Amino acid sequence: MTEEKMLKVEKIRRGTVIDHIPVGRAFKVLKILKISTDPGVTVSVAIHVKSKKMGLKDVVKIEDRILDSSELNKIALIAEGGTITIVEDYSVIKKFVVKLPDIITGILKCSNARCVSNMESVIKPTFTLLSKNPLSIKCHYCEREMETDEIMDSIL
Amino acid sequence: MWLNRDIVSIGDLSVEEIMEVLDRANKMLPYASSGHPRKPLADKIVATLFYEPSTRTRLSFESAAMRLGARVLSLGSLEASSVAKGETLSDTIRIINSYSDAIVLRHPSEGAARLASEYADVPVINAGDGAGQHPTQTLLDMFTIWKELGQINGKSIGFVGDLKYGRTVHSLSKALSLFDVSLYFISPEELKIPKHIKRDIEKRIPVKETKNLDEVIESLDVLYVTRIQKERFPDIEEYKKVAGVYVIRPSLLSRGRKNLIVMHPLPRVDEIPAEIDNLPQAKYFKQASNGIPVRMAILDMILGSE
Repeated sequence: MTEEKMLKVEKIRRGTVIDHIPVGRAFKVLKILKISTDPGVTVSVAIHVKSKKMGLKDVVKIEDRILDSSELNKIALIAEGGTITIVEDYSVIKKFVVKLPDIITGILKCSNARCVSNMESVIKPTFTLLSKNPLSIKCHYCEREMETDEIMDSIL
Repeated sequence: MWLNRDIVSIGDLSVEEIMEVLDRANKMLPYASSGHPRKPLADKIVATLFYEPSTRTRLSFESAAMRLGARVLSLGSLEASSVAKGETLSDTIRIINSYSDAIVLRHPSEGAARLASEYADVPVINAGDGAGQHPTQTLLDMFTIWKELGQINGKSIGFVGDLKYGRTVHSLSKALSLFDVSLYFISPEELKIPKHIKRDIEKRIPVKETKNLDEVIESLDVLYVTRIQKERFPDIEEYKKVAGVYVIRPSLLSRGRKNLIVMHPLPRVDEIPAEIDNLPQAKYFKQASNGIPVRMAILDMILGSE
């Protein structure tokens, strides 16, 4: 993110910036991070931001919250290739690109209502990544293949 | 490596492994009706755990196990068992695990056999999990094609009927697509093969989709017929119209290739009238009986008599 783009939304003192979110998905990011139910968190959202790499993109800035690995994996599901920047005292302490692991565990449920993973509480829903673009995953148990829309509706 | 291996999904087997099973099934054929003289599984116990009724599949597995000399433990009625008391599948499997050397599982939830295989130390054979996998059905279908036509490569296989919900069609067409075959999907618009399955198969082999069986009958070596279920149609008149189109008549078969075979996973309703049964093309009863040598082969391979 260039300095100029950063300034579109005010710089944050401490927190997480999620950049290069595919356009239209910023609100999905807020939803899966359950931010709307946490009034203690200040969030800035920029949508339809011009981007050299993507044409248009969305950006989300979350103040005073550092995302954990489960949250990052969820973000990878809907914004593979997104850039995460961790900010402390107005300076970047860590910056990386989110990547989907080959095996995805515990962050979404199978969309097949008859799948055994939706019936037995001992099971951690597990999926194999088939393709990143277009996003496609396969349930380890029932072998149902799921694509983007279904995946988004199934994130825990 | 077959010893103690779970047989959960046909997708877990390579072409070479499928051929190994078919080859072993062929060797079992002479013993499928009289029993194996050596009783190779005499010291083994096979548990059949059926959470939904499927008498034929259960009897076929139990017969196959007994033909090899194994003893069979069968889950009694569901009402009387701990399943009715609400025990989870994973708990039941952990218990049955210590009673037997292999577990044959039929369950209404998709993926149940995969789950069971993770909780059992003994091998688990999937005998059907809901609308999911039923690998021994797929293997006996492949065995029938291989045995009747001499090989699988080079053949044209046509699936007709309900291709949308029929899991036998999904598994078999995926497994066949690992071979050098052509597939024809013949169905009414409402019951077409799911797009994701067709897309996957098309990556490997030629596929043709049509509503018209007449148009392709001459190109087929195998006609695999499935039942069109009334429940799939909101309107009974619509069902009758559609189902009527795909009834197999002798006049249709007479236009087919000389060695054409007709298969069906059974039970059938009206789609294959009894007048077809005595024609040389009719192989569906043979196909059903092939369940025994195929299941014998699998039990023998995973329980390691050799």
